[in-house]
Amino acid sequence: MKVSNDDLIKLYGNMWLIRMFEQRAADLFAKGALPGFIHLGIGQEAFMAGTHYSIKPGDSVGTSHREHGLLLLLGITPDALMAELYGKVTGSNKGKGGSMHACLPENGALGCNGILGSAQTIINGYGFAHKVRNTGNIAVTIFGDGAANRGDVHEGMNLASVMNLPVVFIIVDNGYGISMSSKNSSVVTDLSARAAGYGMPGVTADGNDVLAVIEATSEAFKRAREGGGPSVVEFKTYRHRGHFEGDPTPYRSKEELEMWMKKDPILRLEKILLDRSVINEKQMKDIKAEQMAIVDAAQKFAEESPYPEGSEGYGDVFYEYEGRD
Amino acid sequence: MREITVAQAINEALAEEMALNPEVYVFGEDIGDFGGCFGVTAGLKKKFPDRVMDTPISETGIMGLAAGGAYMGLKMVPEIMFSDFIGVAMDYLLNQVSKSRYMGGMLPKGDVCGLVLRVPNGAGLTAAAQHSQCTEALLMNIPGLKIAIPSTPHDYKGMLKYAIRGSDPVVFFEHKMLYGVKGPVPDEDYVVPFCSADVKREGNDVTVIATQMMVHKSLAAAEKLAKEGISVEVVDPRSLKPLDSDTIISSVKKTGRVVLVSEAPVFGNALAEVGLQIAERAMHDLKAAPLRVCGPNRPIPFTPVLEKQWIVSEEDIINGIKKVLE
Repeated sequence: MKVSNDDLIKLYGNMWLIRMFEQRAADLFAKGALPGFIHLGIGQEAFMAGTHYSIKPGDSVGTSHREHGLLLLLGITPDALMAELYGKVTGSNKGKGGSMHACLPENGALGCNGILGSAQTIINGYGFAHKVRNTGNIAVTIFGDGAANRGDVHEGMNLASVMNLPVVFIIVDNGYGISMSSKNSSVVTDLSARAAGYGMPGVTADGNDVLAVIEATSEAFKRAREGGGPSVVEFKTYRHRGHFEGDPTPYRSKEELEMWMKKDPILRLEKILLDRSVINEKQMKDIKAEQMAIVDAAQKFAEESPYPEGSEGYGDVFYEYEGRD
Repeated sequence: MREITVAQAINEALAEEMALNPEVYVFGEDIGDFGGCFGVTAGLKKKFPDRVMDTPISETGIMGLAAGGAYMGLKMVPEIMFSDFIGVAMDYLLNQVSKSRYMGGMLPKGDVCGLVLRVPNGAGLTAAAQHSQCTEALLMNIPGLKIAIPSTPHDYKGMLKYAIRGSDPVVFFEHKMLYGVKGPVPDEDYVVPFCSADVKREGNDVTVIATQMMVHKSLAAAEKLAKEGISVEVVDPRSLKPLDSDTIISSVKKTGRVVLVSEAPVFGNALAEVGLQIAERAMHDLKAAPLRVCGPNRPIPFTPVLEKQWIVSEEDIINGIKKVLE
């Protein structure tokens, strides 16, 4: 798939937006400004920007624990996402979802399911709706090497295949499910191999190479859009941070982290941009500054926003409730 | 008025709502050409070949499909073959459809989850402990779910139609032993709203609150006791969530005595909530302590001899009523 220079520049900006937003979230969490837990996607920007590249308006995209970045690309404003991390009423979910459940369903940004594996059956309902309504849209579900071992994923993949749904299962193998190495949670090296068991195509690609990500996702998305049914795309990548902020990561070595830092997806895209003379270092600096300003503004917006009123905690349960509580 | 069975009433409700709304989908295991394990969906696939769908044996897959479709605004009416099996798909009731609207997540229309899960309940078919339970109590403590538990053909049809027209997740309990029971059902279109407890028989001496099969047994008990000069009022909550406690409380205030009758095990029974609401709102109107006549805290045995002993009988209900009248 040919990616234009303009698109390469956009991808670069998107990846920096993700990196800077996540870095800011890490800093704010360390200072105690953000409640709860947060899981960050630093190091995984290429798979997010690359997957987003072939998403079309109307598609449904379910994310996993560390895809704040993809949510931003799908249209949650940095202001609304940062406010949600703070638990403010101006957040994407009025402060009732938090980092894990931030979403913008009208844009197809479905957010993360707190129960691993369940999103991989629910995505079939989205795919089914697209199919019976002939929207030409697809449903994409993103989950990790850890969630891939849940039984629900099996039922989800089998049903998607039996019903020939426009669904794409994206497995992100970032090395660990919390502390358990993906080498120990499955004897299969490439989790995409499981696709064969459901009679659907499965590929594994370098998740730190944004162009490889675009190649793999554009093909799978095209197949699903054209009625070719579901498939599995797996990305090999690495999270630079721990499972959650504050995780001391005793389960992995310094050498391993350093090895992956050298494969940093942003550095790799920078090399492509410079090699192909798409932009120069000054332009890169400007792009970074632009993204930094967006994140600064988001932090300011979130800090200045109010918390929800107490009554907000009781609403939004039923569409219509006939009784008293 | 014509009389039809509960199974026919459910079948009619599904067919009518599917005809009315082209986005109603009915699916589950063996519900298509086979017509469902209890014959409830017989003939439906012929009428709506694309919207009545057989699924693999995949309770979690079924519930996931239902949840996602409902979030997209479709009306999803899945069936899980026995209510005992909801444990397999419990996450979808506990954490998914009941929470999505609140958390704001995964709802592309922003506010709907039109999902009606039909589940057959109850003992009486000598099907042993994994195919005979009444599991409604398991769902009582989950904010965000509605629970329907009707007892007559009229109520089955009206409540199912009401549930499908709604936009909230509903678990719709059908009692297997009621499928063949007949009752009057109007020809014309009607719905029975939730939170509308129904006084199935009026009386002055004691209020019996009963659900599903036990409504019928309580009515039979009341008929017998009438001959002894005891006037029994039988109230059917029809939906446990929302619960029409106002109708229940006013009946209890009138009679001053209450017996709670349910087929499910007594400990943690769904009607315990009803009993406590009575204590909170009508304790000083009570002339005797409320009494539960429910199933034993034991699994349900297979052999007909033991199963019969396990299930609350008309005689148990009569004894309970006499006890609160002492």
